[in-house]
Amino acid sequence: MSARHLLGIAELEVADIERLLRLTDSFVEVGRRRMPKVPALQGRTVTWLFYESSTRTRLSFEQAAKRLSADTLNFSVPTSSVNKGESLRDTVATIEAMGVDAIVVRHASSGVPHQVARWVSGSVINAGDGWHEHPTQALLDCYTIRDHLGGLDGLHIAIVGDINHSRVARSDVWAFTKLGAEVTLVAPPTLLPPSVEGWPVRVDHDLDAVLPTVDVVYLLRMQRERMLEALLPSLREYTACYGLTRRRVDLLRDKAIVMHPGPMNRGVEIAADVADLPRSVVIDQVRNGVAVRMAVLYDLLGSGADLSRDLPGRDAR
Amino acid sequence: MKTIAIRGGEVVDATGSRRADVLVEDGRIAAVVPEGEGRDLVADVTLDAGGCVVAPGLVDLHTHLRQPGAEEAETIETGARAAVLGGFTCVLAMPNTTPAIDSAGVAREVLELGRAACCDVRTSAAITVGRAGEQLTPMAELAALGVRLFTDDGTGVQDGRLMRRALEYASALGVVLAQHCEDAVLSGGGAMNEGAWSSRLGLPGQPAEAEEVMVMRDVALARMTGGRVHFQHLSTRRSLELVAAAKAEGLRVTCEVTPHHFTLTEACCASYDPVFKVNPPLRTDDDVAAVRAGLASGVVDCIATDHAPHTPEAKEQPFDQAPPGMLGLETALALALTHLDLPIAEVLALMSWRPAAIIGADDAHGGPIAEGRPANLCVVDPSATWTVDPDRLASRSRNTPYAGMRLTGRVRHTVVDGEAVVIDAEAQR
Repeated sequence: MSARHLLGIAELEVADIERLLRLTDSFVEVGRRRMPKVPALQGRTVTWLFYESSTRTRLSFEQAAKRLSADTLNFSVPTSSVNKGESLRDTVATIEAMGVDAIVVRHASSGVPHQVARWVSGSVINAGDGWHEHPTQALLDCYTIRDHLGGLDGLHIAIVGDINHSRVARSDVWAFTKLGAEVTLVAPPTLLPPSVEGWPVRVDHDLDAVLPTVDVVYLLRMQRERMLEALLPSLREYTACYGLTRRRVDLLRDKAIVMHPGPMNRGVEIAADVADLPRSVVIDQVRNGVAVRMAVLYDLLGSGADLSRDLPGRDAR
Repeated sequence: MKTIAIRGGEVVDATGSRRADVLVEDGRIAAVVPEGEGRDLVADVTLDAGGCVVAPGLVDLHTHLRQPGAEEAETIETGARAAVLGGFTCVLAMPNTTPAIDSAGVAREVLELGRAACCDVRTSAAITVGRAGEQLTPMAELAALGVRLFTDDGTGVQDGRLMRRALEYASALGVVLAQHCEDAVLSGGGAMNEGAWSSRLGLPGQPAEAEEVMVMRDVALARMTGGRVHFQHLSTRRSLELVAAAKAEGLRVTCEVTPHHFTLTEACCASYDPVFKVNPPLRTDDDVAAVRAGLASGVVDCIATDHAPHTPEAKEQPFDQAPPGMLGLETALALALTHLDLPIAEVLALMSWRPAAIIGADDAHGGPIAEGRPANLCVVDPSATWTVDPDRLASRSRNTPYAGMRLTGRVRHTVVDGEAVVIDAEAQR
């Protein structure tokens, strides 16, 4: 493994992403077994440091660690000494002193995993920091696209919605383009980053014009508080201009798929019936999330030995 | 009081330069003896100035001494020690303390503590009570205590009508109003400069325009009232263009820039290390070039440190939550000498006699090195190189963004009010 941490997709080489996706294949296979558990990370300890509420990411990481036989320590912020005013650094030092091999960090502030990585000797995995990155989400998105469409090279992917406040969008932009896809960001100007200088993307404001040209339409969650910041007049107007309505689905090519990182606001960025269409792969994203996170944990904490030795019983299926 | 002889240096002040020895007695310069006159000065203390420049002490118009209220980050005593190690003989305390320096009582306390410190500690005072932007402070009473500069630094005065009244009221007192230019609504709590880097890093940014619209407004108010405005820590190209135009028009405006705004860019924030968080934020390469050009052209009147100590605990918070500010006193001169392509006499003008004149400290600081003048001097070795080590700074805090950086130019000795407070780069008290 080339790095000790997984902090973002922007710093990864194409080869790193491809290695993690190949590893994911192996762990998807493990997941299909009758006993979907391997001893690869026996004796290793992984802890969660989640400063922001999360259901799917946390459960997904926990499932991944358990399937790898790692020990897990749950650090739950609402019941911890953080509420007694303990600093981030002291909390991290305390966790480290208990002897952990990896800390999975989620925080509402961008850059916290980078800060934590400077303070610890173990591995840090970014499970979402502020508006910055959510690298395991991008990896599972790539895996899901590859699974459905065969690969990302040459695809056209539209990412639609609140790009500026989205760590998923930032990670996906880097991951999709590194793997050869073209990306178009579709959003009102107020929800785009102040500058996309240096981003390998196109920008559009006309969803109807973009939809017939894409292989993947990736919808982002629209948060209600954006209305209070004068970024949007109303959710109703947002849905009218940027929501994936039933009418708009008909503009898509036959094989185009619909993705969403969840949790969905049905009726806002995605119409309720669209979310349940066969071309919507939202549930596959969640399913693949476990295998992707197994791959990441294994890549950072594994023995580095031949994978087949760490995954006994490969042909049990 | 011990007499001091400063021997073998090149004396540089606003009148020019010459090789001369300087004798200090009873707080004043007793003699300046040109090289070759053969007169040997006899004194209690001899300071070797071989290879050095002997200059009027530096004056900092922008020092956060944190006392009262945040003594864990800095005190007047420790801040003054950092100042003299950086060659400053006079610093101007900023009023964003707790409580704010907005009344005669707090100002007196700061000045009283300053009297025991190892440099001349003067104080600014707030424009508005509690720096809340609503009611004027007792400016006449504060001016009578010696306050010559008023600012709500830390924030700008948001209310244009109040700023107009402050300028009108202050014009009768012969004081200067200084502005931290930041439209608080437009800056919106941004943690760094808004642009390509903030977009990429996913950090909330504050646009250059948040600074520039307030510069624009205050230029208009200076024109309207005839008042005197000093613009603090300007950081963008257009801010400096606005000041240049105001000066060309003959308005009574001056401005300062900080060392970090001519040495560092927003790209530093990519580490997410809050040591690089400062307000106004580190800007673009183009802004840095404009700040340097402004220093060379004279649009910028002075370099000020915006020395802003914060405890390690405060700076170990997430980037968007950590307080803005960085240390400056001990590195400012070396940064100017290392990174500005200016003759040392020009750097000294920007850091000594020009800032001294803005706050009327030129009675004691920044003046020509001549017999009878108050002895506030610094001796600088312009070719000495050193590496910034946060653990060796005299400041109580450690938040320098220059850790590990190699700099050229070091303060060797500092004399304050006739006392050698720094000898061979070591503080004497």
